[in-house]
Amino acid sequence: MKKLMLGNEAVARGAYEAGVTVVSSYPGTPSTEITENIVKYDNIFVEWAPNEKVACETALGASIAGARSMTCMKHVGLNVMADPVFTASYTGVNGGMVMCVADDQGMHSSQNEQDSRHYAKAAKILMLEPSDSAECRDFTKEAYAFSEKFDTPVFIRLSTRVSHSQSLVEEREKEDYILKDYDKNPAKYVMMPGNAIKRHVVVEDRIKALKEMSETTELNSVEENGAKIGVISAGIAYMYAKEALGDKVDYLKLGVIYPLPEKKIKEFAEKYDKVYVVEELDPIIEEHCKSIGVDVIGKDVFTLQGEYTPTMIKKAVLGEDAAPYEEIGEQIPIRPPVMCAGCPHRGVFYVLKKLGLIVSGDIGCYTLGATPPLQSVDTTICMGASVSAAHGMAKARGAEFNKKLVSVIGDSTFMHSGITGLVDIVYNKGNNTVIILDNSITGMTGHQDNPTTGYTIRKEPTKQVNLITLCKAIGIENVVVADPFDVKNFEKIVKEETEREAPSVIIAQRPCALLPPMRKKYSGHCEITDKCKKCKLCMKLGCPAISLAGDTVKIDVTQCNGCGLCTNVCPFGAIEKGDK
Amino acid sequence: MNIMIVGVGGQGTLLASRILGRVAIKEGYDVKVSEVHGMSQRGGSVVTYVKYGDKVYSPIIDRGEADIVLAFEILEAYRAMPYLKKGGKMIANTQKMNPMPVITGAMEYPSDIEKKLSEKINLQAVDALSLAEQAGTIKAVNVVLIGLLAKSMSVDKSVWIETIKETVPEKFIELNLKAFELGYNL
Ligand SMILES: Cc1ncc(C[n+]2csc(CCOP(=O)(O)OP(=O)(O)O)c2C)c(N)n1
Repeated sequence: MKKLMLGNEAVARGAYEAGVTVVSSYPGTPSTEITENIVKYDNIFVEWAPNEKVACETALGASIAGARSMTCMKHVGLNVMADPVFTASYTGVNGGMVMCVADDQGMHSSQNEQDSRHYAKAAKILMLEPSDSAECRDFTKEAYAFSEKFDTPVFIRLSTRVSHSQSLVEEREKEDYILKDYDKNPAKYVMMPGNAIKRHVVVEDRIKALKEMSETTELNSVEENGAKIGVISAGIAYMYAKEALGDKVDYLKLGVIYPLPEKKIKEFAEKYDKVYVVEELDPIIEEHCKSIGVDVIGKDVFTLQGEYTPTMIKKAVLGEDAAPYEEIGEQIPIRPPVMCAGCPHRGVFYVLKKLGLIVSGDIGCYTLGATPPLQSVDTTICMGASVSAAHGMAKARGAEFNKKLVSVIGDSTFMHSGITGLVDIVYNKGNNTVIILDNSITGMTGHQDNPTTGYTIRKEPTKQVNLITLCKAIGIENVVVADPFDVKNFEKIVKEETEREAPSVIIAQRPCALLPPMRKKYSGHCEITDKCKKCKLCMKLGCPAISLAGDTVKIDVTQCNGCGLCTNVCPFGAIEKGDK
Repeated sequence: MNIMIVGVGGQGTLLASRILGRVAIKEGYDVKVSEVHGMSQRGGSVVTYVKYGDKVYSPIIDRGEADIVLAFEILEAYRAMPYLKKGGKMIANTQKMNPMPVITGAMEYPSDIEKKLSEKINLQAVDALSLAEQAGTIKAVNVVLIGLLAKSMSVDKSVWIETIKETVPEKFIELNLKAFELGYNL
């Protein structure tokens, strides 16, 4: 029977059917559900690694040891794991190795919109791109076959609309995969210059072989409708083109994104008056076509930014207008994401804003501390940068500036790449104050466990990294744990630690309000009593449950979870915790 | 058939789209459901698309293309209006949830949205929150709305009920079926 599956779920299914043995990933939208779905199958070792580099190396190790392995990440995760990737291209594999990288066109949940296809070319690694869930399953299995046949790791490139759309997939039987033998082979796996020089030759030969494959594989297919216009496309953009243009054009659909075929493209393009390349983000297929002397229309008529739509493609290729629609005709308020009611981060940012501190921020739910009304965060670059960038800021501007400066970083992000920045601060005599926002989970990406939570991805209890002893071990003498909902005490601690002429860490500890124990703990909702003096201090929390009706503050009971933070902030004791 | 489901992150739009998707498969169609995960789920505007037919290519719906818009919140209904096809139908929960620009006082919550919508499009506005409360919990708003949607579509009621039973956790089946009936029988 066919089942409705997310693209990510289908990749997981493909990996299972191909007999994958080891999967190591770090979460990141829109890639997270691949790894979360593999967990549903027994007898596969699956883990959340502390970061993508570790995950990739784990998968590579498993492959060298003879197993089929996988690592999954979002596009920016590929930056973090780029180091092993470029050399894994040289070593090749033993068991098949697949690296799933999910781009986020339109930046639904990301800090940039990079196009990961560049990496395939740069690292000289085969890349496949599916366009729906059925292809996700099929291409994943193909990827393992290619990986072993050509002795190369293989990228599968996904995107938000492929990863997070459900379409029909037929489940097949699982293959029995027997581990390949492990033989010591330093010429292949010890990449020092003498060996690597020889392996580079292998890489270039392999690319030639892969190009041949790309000319003949069914993954690159032509669809003829007897039209005068040709369209070259891949991935989700192909689906948009197909919906927009139907049988008014002929298609060359590319499933192999790197290396791209030459002959196949030339033969296809020859037949048409006009050939369009429809690809989101960078003109990678377009530039390839132009480099082999094929004249195509691409970014002259299509944007480099965001997601495409069938309407856009119809307009550009056929000159047809969009469907008519009703316009709103007035400016309406946007609804940006906000920290949830009961979010522990809210207490932290309330205090930081009150103290007027400069906040070197990071990536996670707490990035929302940059949005009104808290507007506390000054910078957000990439995971871990809160700590190291603050070190740079302090070194640039000196001690007085540093007393007005803090870093905020989540527990998962700290384990990912914050710890190395903190080591730098201690080693190079910085005096920064770093606040670790320990909400006992990886929140932003939907509640994944991490080394600080005490549980594995399969919810088995495990050793828990103790943040206090960890910070002390690297040389931070001042480590304070505080509840961010006790705002008075939290404020006092932040003042003390920023004043201190020594590096310090404040662990702001309170679990995410969406975690089951907290859902139990918080009950009822808060109420504004007639003691209210309308000072509106509680409005500064930016809680989605608290708003103004005229000049009266009111609490929306459908949103309030009774966390009680507002009762701690009200100077008149006018907010009480009521029960429903 | 193009159905767009809009609401506020956390309202349970994802469950609604999954139920709808499964119903469409049972009817023998090709189906695509496009969801949002991650950042925008944190109390922001959320949009999911459910498309079905003989063959569906693109998972997304553009302006002027939705046969039905199912809105979980009235400002989100208003925001989604341009997506409705001429002659399409909108089913909207009248519940109001203030977005942050309204909370901070930077903007006002638009007035008389229901009226403005009815002037331009075919609107069925319902207080689904009260109905959900009647069913036993305000969290059942999504299934009340599914009930309303079911009434507007030509799929046998038993298919909906069967799908709800398969989709929601065992211990919430009874409550959800009650919510569904309240919506369906309105
Ligand atoms: C290199 C990289 N990998 C993954 C992500 C996706 N991502 C964004 S925030 C985040 C984790 C946030 O968890 P935590 O630091 O615990 O903060 P919380 O969201 O719980 O507040 C992840 C995995 C990313 N942005 N960059």
